[in-house]
Amino acid sequence: MPPAVSFQHVSRHFGHVKAVDDVSLDIFEGEFFAMLGPSGSGKTTCLRLIAGFEQPTSGHIEIFGETAEGLPPYRRNVNTVFQDYALFPHMTVGENVAYGLMIKGVARAEREAKALETLAMVKLKGFDQRRPSQLSGGQRQRVALARALVNQPKVLLLDEPLGALDLKLREQMQEELKALQKELGITFVLVTHDQGEALSMANRVAIFNEGKIVQAGPPADVYEHPRSRFVADFVGSSNVLPPEFAAAHGGTHAWTSLRPEKVRLVRAGEALPAGQFGVSGRVASALYQGAITRIAVELNSTRIIAAIPTGMTTIQEGETVALAWDACNLVAMEAA
Amino acid sequence: MSGAIATNPRSRLSDFFYRHSGLLTFALLLPPLLWIGIVYLGSLFALLLQSFYSLDEFSGLIVHEFTLSTYEQLFTPTNLTIILRTAVMAAAVTLASAILAFPIAYYAARYARGGWKALFYLAVMMPLWSSYLVKVYAWKLILAKEGIVTWVAGKIHLGWLLDALLAMPVIGGSSLSFSYIGTFIVFVYIWLPYMILPTQAALERVPKNFIEASADLGASPRQTFRTVILPLAMPGVIAGSIFTFSLTLGDYIIPQIVGNSRPFIGTTVYALQGTAGDIPLAAAFTVVPVVIMGIYLMIARRMGAFDAL
Ligand SMILES: Nc1ncnc2c1ncn2[C@@H]1O[C@H](COP(=O)(O)OP(=O)(O)OP(=O)(O)O)[C@@H](O)[C@H]1O
Ligand SMILES: [Mg+2]
Repeated sequence: MPPAVSFQHVSRHFGHVKAVDDVSLDIFEGEFFAMLGPSGSGKTTCLRLIAGFEQPTSGHIEIFGETAEGLPPYRRNVNTVFQDYALFPHMTVGENVAYGLMIKGVARAEREAKALETLAMVKLKGFDQRRPSQLSGGQRQRVALARALVNQPKVLLLDEPLGALDLKLREQMQEELKALQKELGITFVLVTHDQGEALSMANRVAIFNEGKIVQAGPPADVYEHPRSRFVADFVGSSNVLPPEFAAAHGGTHAWTSLRPEKVRLVRAGEALPAGQFGVSGRVASALYQGAITRIAVELNSTRIIAAIPTGMTTIQEGETVALAWDACNLVAMEAA
Repeated sequence: MSGAIATNPRSRLSDFFYRHSGLLTFALLLPPLLWIGIVYLGSLFALLLQSFYSLDEFSGLIVHEFTLSTYEQLFTPTNLTIILRTAVMAAAVTLASAILAFPIAYYAARYARGGWKALFYLAVMMPLWSSYLVKVYAWKLILAKEGIVTWVAGKIHLGWLLDALLAMPVIGGSSLSFSYIGTFIVFVYIWLPYMILPTQAALERVPKNFIEASADLGASPRQTFRTVILPLAMPGVIAGSIFTFSLTLGDYIIPQIVGNSRPFIGTTVYALQGTAGDIPLAAAFTVVPVVIMGIYLMIARRMGAFDAL
């Protein structure tokens, strides 16, 4: 079985801007794949290469084993949910959803029935006669989704589909999208710069930076074992410890990542068990964040952020506290 | 500073208008409303009123009594021919303008960038800067028997084509400048910018995203053009056609200078209110384009031309 999408050393340059730079990647059938990265890192360009809106400057793209270069978007069994939805304003919601079927020449009655069915699937029963302008942002997002899904694509591309929604709606849509993907078994490729979204929805994430994939793998893997400072910083927040400090506190002589939630508070007079290492220092700041309190402890060579469950103790700025962590939570990284 | 009351009279005025924004809108709208209300609608009303009077054939005086007899005169064969001739010419000019304008507008909206775009605006607008009369007379010279068109046609051995064209019944004539073809060419030339600009503006507003979305959903460029671009550009084309159609319906200069001197609505109105002194019939004639435009817009609406608005 060939992968759903396969990139082999793909580059897309715009003049001297290397939007996508020597990317190799396989996305497998039925996978929920997320592309995560900061603004301008080439995620959208990657998606557009799959959809066929862009052609690679060099390299090779295959979709289900077939060469994709030179194939126009309308000959690819791939559909896109655009970031701003791109619903046609001169058509009703029903006509928008039925558009792909109309183009394929499906008879009116059949395509209308299919459109209604798909609208029901995205919980928009009874909206088919409305115009896109008469919908809320979340409803438009669902119409865009229905318009793509009605064509039963083999791969669905989603470019920050939830970017315009408020937090509550976004979380709801994340759950629904995930459920939908499981139910339909379609390969989803999601572009986002929201790491929480990528981690919670995807089976696998690729972290982009400056047109390159810097790390790819299951969310837990990427989160637990960031391979570079960039990934450690970008995916969640992390303490990046300098090599000397890491070597002296249970790690190896390398730049090392330590997640704030892996750092615990040491009670006064407590002896550290074997395999644990600790420091003590002055609390520079304590930020109450609901379930956790995030404290920053100033040391002379570095500073350590710790996420402490709220309610354990009340920590004041200026206090001196002792922190500790398991040596196994120190993750040595390749690049600085 | 919150709560401070401005003492400077000008800022006091701004504050006042800010709090009473309805009043500001009213003050801004009053002059144009007066203009439209009194000058424009008033004169239109006066015109309508005149058309319900009649001309006493013996004394040549206007009878100020309500009658439909003036409108009846519109339906004499001569006058019907004039109306039909004008309407057909206006329709032909509009159609030709739309066909010529669309590719130009499409190119300008979708492909032209930077300098090319500036050049486009210049090329479209420049003809509007020079006098209308000068342009029409220039065309008369261009189209004349001794003019450049005949000369070029002869040079490239296409004189026979021109002759064949002029030999055609009805639209032909002794030369381009004395035929319907000539009138048509000049009309199209003069009104073309009014078709290009709104069409281009409408096309400009079609986001690239829609075209990509359409392709993404399986539509070939041809299908995308028919189902997305054209419907979204239609309000612009209709706006342009309102210009070209109504301007042609009402024009009285071009048919006098270029063409076979057969009367159009405009030239007829000009003659009726001048030498003939038949103001009521002239007024009735000017109502015709208004009615035709009304019918035209109704049909356009029925056909969904404004769905994208
Ligand atoms: N058509 C283009 N012409 C020139 N440069 C482009 C073009 N499209 C993208 N770029 C450049 O390529 C780089 C990557 O762009 P891309 O849109 O893929 O980023 P992104 O990761 O999707 O960012 P964002 O999260 O902000 O959407 C950017 O520096 C961008 O300016
Ligand atoms: Mg993007």
